[in-house]
Order: sequence, then structure tokens, then C-alpha cells
Amino acid sequence: MKRKDIFIGLLIAITLAIFSFLASSSPDGLEKVAEDKNFIEKATAILKSPIPDYLFPGITNEKVAASLAGIFGVLVVFILAITIGKLLKEK
Amino acid sequence: MHIPDGFLSPPVFISGWAVALGVLSYALKKTRKILKDKLVPLMGVMAAFIFAAQMLNFPVLGGTSGHFLGGALASVTLGPYVGAIVLSLVLIVQCLIFQDGGLTTLGANIFNMAIVGTILSYYLYVLLRKIFPKTNMLIAVFISSWFSVVLAATFCALELSLSGTLQFGVVLPAMVFVHIFIGIGEAIITTFILSFILKVRPDLIYREQK
Repeated sequence: MKRKDIFIGLLIAITLAIFSFLASSSPDGLEKVAEDKNFIEKATAILKSPIPDYLFPGITNEKVAASLAGIFGVLVVFILAITIGKLLKEK
Repeated sequence: MHIPDGFLSPPVFISGWAVALGVLSYALKKTRKILKDKLVPLMGVMAAFIFAAQMLNFPVLGGTSGHFLGGALASVTLGPYVGAIVLSLVLIVQCLIFQDGGLTTLGANIFNMAIVGTILSYYLYVLLRKIFPKTNMLIAVFISSWFSVVLAATFCALELSLSGTLQFGVVLPAMVFVHIFIGIGEAIITTFILSFILKVRPDLIYREQK
């Protein structure tokens, strides 16, 4: 992959992340089944995550908070994947 | 279908961790032999794209949504093992940073989506290509990406029933039914992206090493 291709790929991902506030807020398949079959209340979270529910904390505008969380996530997984790839290749 | 904490019993989520770690360490070993320079940036771009696309829930049926999984897309471009590593990375980041999917259930989520939805769906794709060598590869992509979601949902249902959360006879049809529709979304998105890649950069499609 050339530098240009990487840039275009990353740009597409960031664009999708920016528009993540358009995502349907309905429950997903598993959540819907859990609601219908009455076991949704079993769901807990043993870990306090820094950006729960894909909303960047401290920002009142939910659309902006969602976009920022998305861009942040895209950059984190991009950097981690490249780093893991490089480490695996060098060995 | 990121399983939160609380849905799976300790024996089930510990088994999930054991199988996920076993398969991932095998995948890492395999990857060391096949990983080439050109695949590293593609790993980054695929991870970024799959993460972003997973955020975009689309509506299916009444009051339900589904989102792209990306297992089939990752394995057809990166191969099954690098694909599974990329999907696992996305799931780990979603769990630790975004509270999407539980920590106890992370192993099971990796098993369902990064192993069943990625490695298993890849071998289904390979099988389809072998049975129908003259048929357009995109048809095999469409079918195997649909199965990637439905099979992941099937294993998710199995884990829920083994945990005593819900009877198998109830949870299996419910999970499979909704994911039949989410799978169609998965198949359309995966086929569309791969037809685009085939047109502009056909060299990015993974080829099995002989």
C-alpha cells in the first residue's frame, strides 16, 4: 500500500466516524432479544471505561461527542494495528 | 452482538477466554510467517474502517438495529489469521475504552466475532470458491459474510443457553431470526466494498500461499 492509499483509507474511516451520530439508536440484535426475553437487566459493567457508549465525555452536544469518540477510536485502532503488524513482522 | 458482563456464567466465559487465547496465540504464530510489508498498512486501514463502520447501526425490522461486523471483509483481504487479530484488536479497544462488550465476556466475544465470524467464515468462503470455481468470487463473499453474522449469533445463543440465561430452544430462534436480517446488511456492505477493492486495487485481496 502506498502512502496515498493509506491516507485515503484512513480518511474514509474518519468520515464514517464523523457521521456516527446518524447511527440508529435502536437496540441491536442481542439487546433486542435480551429486552424481549427479559434478561437485559442481567447486563452489568465491571469496568469503568473512559468513553462509555461512544460519547466523548465533557461535551454536551451529543453529535459532536459521538463524532469525537469515533475519530479517537479510529486513530487508536489504526496506530495499534500498525504497531502490532510491525512487531510481528520484525520477529 | 457484543455480550455485556452478566450475561454469561463463569464456566462459559472462562471457556470463552481459554479458546480465544488459544486460537489467537496460534494466529499470532501463523502471522509471523506470512506477514509481509504490504500487509501492515492494510491492517491499520482495515482496523480503522471496521471500527468506524461498526459504530454505524442501521435499522432492521421494527425497533431493532444491526451493525457491520467486518470479519469476512478482514479475512478476504488480510487472510484468516491476520483478519482475526485485527477483529480482536477492535473488540479489545471497544471493550476497554468504549464499554462495548464486557470484560469477563471479551473472550467469548472474540470467539464469536473474531474467530467464528472471521476465521470460520473465511474457510466457508474458500470452500465455496472450490466448489464453484467459475462463479464470481463476490457471490462467495456475499454468502460467507451473511453466514459470518448468523454463525456468530448462533454461538452467542449457545453461550447464553449454556450459561442458563435463557433456554436454547428460545434464545436460538430469537437470535438467528434477527441476525438473518442483520446478515443481509453485512453481506451487502462486504460485497460492495470488495467489488470496489477489486476494481481499484485487486492486489489487496488475500491469496493463499502455496
